[in-house]
Amino acid sequence: MKPQTNEQKIKFYQKGTFTVGNRLIDPDQRLVQATTDRSNAITSGHRACQGCGEALGARYALDAAMVATDKQLVAVNATGCLEVFTTPYPETSWQIPWMHSLFGNAAAVASGVAAAFRVKGRDNVRVIAQGGDGGTTDIGFGCLSGMFERNDDVLYICYDNEAYMNTGVQRSSATPPAARTATTPAMGSAPGNVFGTGKNVPLIAMAHNIPYVATASVADLRDLEHKVQKAMGIRGSRYLHVYVTCPLGFGTPSSDAIKIARLAVECGFYPLYEAEYGVVTHTGTIRKKVPVEDYLRPQARFAHLFKGGKTDVETIARLQAMCDANIKRYNLLRDEGVVA
Amino acid sequence: MLKQVEGSWATAKAIALCRPEVICAYPITPQTHIVEGLAEMAKSGELQKCEFINVESEFAALSVAIGSSGAGARSYTATSSQGLLFMAEAVYNAAGLGLPIVMTLGTRAIGAPINIWNDHSDAMSMRDAGWIQLFAETNQEAVDLHIQAFKLAEQLSCPVMVCVDGFILTHAYERIDVPEQEQVDAFLPPFEPIQVLDPASPVSIGAMVGPDAFSEVRYLAHYKQLQALELIPEISKDFEKQFGRVSGGLVRPYKTEGADTIVIALGSVIGTIKDVVDELREQGVAIGCVDICAFRPFPLQALDAAIRHAKRIVVVEKSLAVGMGGVVASHVRMALRGHPLPVYTVIAGLGGRSIIKPSLHKLFEKAGRDDLEDVSFLDLNWDAINREVARMKETRRSGPHAENILRDVGPTRKVV
Repeated sequence: MKPQTNEQKIKFYQKGTFTVGNRLIDPDQRLVQATTDRSNAITSGHRACQGCGEALGARYALDAAMVATDKQLVAVNATGCLEVFTTPYPETSWQIPWMHSLFGNAAAVASGVAAAFRVKGRDNVRVIAQGGDGGTTDIGFGCLSGMFERNDDVLYICYDNEAYMNTGVQRSSATPPAARTATTPAMGSAPGNVFGTGKNVPLIAMAHNIPYVATASVADLRDLEHKVQKAMGIRGSRYLHVYVTCPLGFGTPSSDAIKIARLAVECGFYPLYEAEYGVVTHTGTIRKKVPVEDYLRPQARFAHLFKGGKTDVETIARLQAMCDANIKRYNLLRDEGVVA
Repeated sequence: MLKQVEGSWATAKAIALCRPEVICAYPITPQTHIVEGLAEMAKSGELQKCEFINVESEFAALSVAIGSSGAGARSYTATSSQGLLFMAEAVYNAAGLGLPIVMTLGTRAIGAPINIWNDHSDAMSMRDAGWIQLFAETNQEAVDLHIQAFKLAEQLSCPVMVCVDGFILTHAYERIDVPEQEQVDAFLPPFEPIQVLDPASPVSIGAMVGPDAFSEVRYLAHYKQLQALELIPEISKDFEKQFGRVSGGLVRPYKTEGADTIVIALGSVIGTIKDVVDELREQGVAIGCVDICAFRPFPLQALDAAIRHAKRIVVVEKSLAVGMGGVVASHVRMALRGHPLPVYTVIAGLGGRSIIKPSLHKLFEKAGRDDLEDVSFLDLNWDAINREVARMKETRRSGPHAENILRDVGPTRKVV
């Protein structure tokens, strides 16, 4: 399996469908995850919920990183779902060296691991730190920013499912406006999370002027693998923010994990882009734009927007405005019309 | 070689001689001069094969050390006071993971009120975190304990905190014998971890442990401390052989033979206490003292053996267990459970208040008459306290205590 290094020039979509397929391309260009010699860095048998976006995203990301690093990889984990569902001793799912310390220090621990390998003259061993949105955008943010500004040789991956799912779905600074969580209940005159709050960590990462920042989604796993492999080809501090669905927290069927993620991209709610040294170098495109309502309606966390058959048009319009702003800012519709 | 140097510089030099591979630095008074010294050595090239990392907080400092130690690198950091509290979660974590990190604690009071001067509140706050805690009496001992600490930590795979009195030691210039590299190399072997992150042999470190095994894992932390009770004296003896002087150990009695009164303390104050003991012995008073060098593990048996022949014990301690009294005194009572003696708790030196000889003379004289309360406070200004208590009774919004007391005792005090 040779590493996929350069930009993917091929379009992987069949005309008229949204199937992301391997079968149209040469075997050596196929997904890492589609190969029989993939590492299974997180092996099967773990305890994630059915349809867990984080388990899916982490599996693709780490196996791709294993290829990119010739299996010289160490992973550091923040406390959270990924840590809990993969490990209870002695049943670890990790087939790579793995360390968990605390909720808020994954970035710093990873910096330490990288420093140790550097000082021992083994800087071919690469380090990935990973956490959920709570461990990244909230409690781990200080350590993350410190790792960025020192340009420590670590790829930090945030698996963002937009709330503290491990503790029972509480609001984080990555929770979108209007979303119901256990601490932003669907009650009162402005149900759900408040507008005008939240933290955009990819943009903050870019402000640190680090070599590579990207957003990715489990809606496009080829793009995720590509971005991980690209990131592992770069030295210094790198950040990958991956949108992952959570059937439990979103209130969606397990079987719809990818569909929901795709709607998030297609409505402009979650823009896909890459940036190098603070400058956006590439943005994804929306192939068939959908209204944000299509993304919100299937999710129980937004059910109050459609309560009793009455649509909260005002709130939905505010969310649509956020999507439209993303589309404009990242020029997401430039290829619109390619797919009829 | 004997040199007239600052304690922090000598400590930094001792750390460098131990060939640390990763040093994480974050400034907090009064440990700052130590990491500044190490920064100079790393930048100048004097300290080779070492990553010196300027981090963004104490929490990050210890977290980086957790990562580097987990990946098999000899790791060091230093902190004080609020910094130790800010990293508290990582302090417990490093011990729970069994990572042999060495950390200097430049001991300092904990606010509020904010105060940068020395006492032992910070060290005592982490006494049950699973770290070995050694207290230096002098700067020479600070140097020596750090060299012993790496050996102890790595042999047990357990972190060690070397507690050095802030300012009193860290900023004092005195004659210190800084060892030669060859001596340290002969004493301290390279770090061989018992667990390490390595792609050649993947392990999971730090996974979740449920009720079925948690107690056993915690017991092993305790077991390591019990092992340390034997290892600390052994390493101290090895050190004496290699370097030709006595440093470390569990407890160090001074003129306790035939003593009716034995004073117990930790850290640099033992020097002043020894002077007072000398003066009182000349006057024919049967008094001695014991320096507790290892507070964790707490040397129950060694201490009991050193003090049980006395008639009374006076514990001079630089921390206050608010609402209870003394931390060290409670431990001393536990050591004496088979030989009940009066144990007087004396809270002294909080926030850098000088513990002076005339006050100790008065204190020990009262102790000799068994005229001490269970818990007393050395040189406490009762007038100031009584006035503030009265103000609180008179008016609801009496204002911040610290400001009121400072106005009361300070140079701006109004004479009524």
